[in-house]
Amino acid sequence: MTSQKPTARAETQGVLSARAVTKRYGAVQALAGADLDVHAGEVVALVGDNGAGKSTLVKAISGAVAADSGTIEFDGKPVRITRPQDAQALGITTVFQDLALCENLDVVANLHLGSEARTGGVLGEIRMERAARDLLASLDVRIRDVRAPVAALSGGQRQSVAIARALLGKPRMVILDEPTAALGVEQTAQVLALVGRLRERGLAVLLISHNLADVRAVSDRVVVLRLGRNAGDFVTAQTSQETIVAAITGATAGAA
Amino acid sequence: MLRSVLDAGRDRLRRGDLGSLPVAVGIVLIAIVFSSLNDRFLSAENLTNLALQMAATGTIALGIILVLLLGEIDLSAGSVSGLSAVAMTLLYVQQGWNVVLAVLGALITGGVIGLIHGLMRTKLAMPSFVVTLAGLIGWQGLMLYLLGDDGTINLPFDRGVAQLSDTWLPAWLGWLLVVLLWAGHLASTLVTRQMRVAARLAVQAPVWIVVRSAALGLLLAVAVVVLNSDRGVPLTLVIFGGLVVGLDLVLRRTVWGRRMYAVGGNAEASRRAGINVTSVRIMAFVGASMLAAVGGILAASRLAAVNQSSGGSDILLNAIAAAVIGGTSLFGGRGRAYAALLGILVIQSITNGMLLLNVDSSVRFMVTGAVLAIAVAIDSLARRGAADGLR
Repeated sequence: MTSQKPTARAETQGVLSARAVTKRYGAVQALAGADLDVHAGEVVALVGDNGAGKSTLVKAISGAVAADSGTIEFDGKPVRITRPQDAQALGITTVFQDLALCENLDVVANLHLGSEARTGGVLGEIRMERAARDLLASLDVRIRDVRAPVAALSGGQRQSVAIARALLGKPRMVILDEPTAALGVEQTAQVLALVGRLRERGLAVLLISHNLADVRAVSDRVVVLRLGRNAGDFVTAQTSQETIVAAITGATAGAA
Repeated sequence: MLRSVLDAGRDRLRRGDLGSLPVAVGIVLIAIVFSSLNDRFLSAENLTNLALQMAATGTIALGIILVLLLGEIDLSAGSVSGLSAVAMTLLYVQQGWNVVLAVLGALITGGVIGLIHGLMRTKLAMPSFVVTLAGLIGWQGLMLYLLGDDGTINLPFDRGVAQLSDTWLPAWLGWLLVVLLWAGHLASTLVTRQMRVAARLAVQAPVWIVVRSAALGLLLAVAVVVLNSDRGVPLTLVIFGGLVVGLDLVLRRTVWGRRMYAVGGNAEASRRAGINVTSVRIMAFVGASMLAAVGGILAASRLAAVNQSSGGSDILLNAIAAAVIGGTSLFGGRGRAYAALLGILVIQSITNGMLLLNVDSSVRFMVTGAVLAIAVAIDSLARRGAADGLR
């Protein structure tokens, strides 16, 4: 299902590198100096218990919140990300858990939402439908009727549409927030296969998940956060589930 | 071939998308009931009157659809139609403006009012129910103030605006219009199909095109035969029909229309996709009030006057009911411009039929209310059935 090839993370240039990121909400220190590296062609899973700082770190990278301190480098150059537009301009795109789809519109319209093909003010329906068909085919996403409203699709198909839409902007890095949380077994498999294809396209993928089975199935590396700090960085293929769980719960210090 | 047509239909039914089917059935039922009770109901003269009666409220209903698509409401449309008509009349009759400029003045009045509503909705974050409720009362007050003590201003019968309601297309022009509409529809269908084939996209079975085109042609031809056998196609019907067709094209084929549906479907998702939700909302209120102004002018033209009850009584409620009966969702994102035409046809047929039968207006209100309730109930049931089916 997922690609079996070993990753070559040591040689690839890092796409995103965050160092010593902190963020405080009132009395709560959500992030207390977290580091994160994500490379091109690599799926990194970000895991941790509730309140470990996963969401805050992702929000700091996607521009939903501004970090209090710390540095973020993109392609080796220091960047400032304080607004969602900053992240988008760098080529970082986020698929949030609520997917942000318009259920009354069809798949084609949702894929092009906000960036409709047009001539004058008139919609270029044929161009958009062809682009949608080609994009979905290249990702091996099967939707019988791209003119059906999104309300008629399954949860896995909706997730796939949301991910496909993220790709239309030709991003370098995709952040997926709990993409399999609400899905059944078969649909989870579809979405994980899609995540694998993002990697094959050379994208940097950051996957936030609670589900360690999914994490082990698709990720190349697992980064564990605990109480706002890094608690481990593992190569997935060489690490047992027990080791990851121990790092999440704080039973052991993880391998750096 | 036939199979694919049936499949498409079954898919839509399973989604709870009944389309215009219930309304169409309703109109046929209404026609059967009233024509069996009174043989004048389906006479050419009465149907022509029906067409004249529909235009003003139907145009206001078009505007209501714009705001309903966003999940908003406009309770002020009746008052705005009355106020705009009074503004037009004052400019035309008392200030002696050219008729075109006076009409333009009324449209601008409507547009400015819509802009005020839109700004209050978006910048002050007031619920549209309250904004337009204030408008309902306030703009009616302004209209009464402008009308002054007389309370009525007549429009000259023989020229200008009043002539709109007394202009009939000659028979040949009516037929030309039908042929152009039908050929235009067929041509655009065929061209689109050709382009889709060239782009190797899925196309409808040819039998579907033939059926639809034939049905459209038949419908238009019957309408023009009936209207021509009385006084001809009324100009007000052409204006109303033109607005319906025009708005339908704008909503379905332009970027602006697509964004109306997007914001109505999921405003937060639209905002994140970079759509300027505020400007879409303001535009909807401006459009609604301008269409209300057009409706007000059509009503004034038919009456050849404006008076204290212009835009009052049940005009607003009929316009909202027409939009909803025609299949526009109150929760946003669903509905088409044709809903105004179908909905007002239902409501006006009932009113017209009851008047022919000399039924008291108490009964008329009860029947109209029941039809509105049934229309929404059918839609809700279809939707719930579909939701269960998908699970």
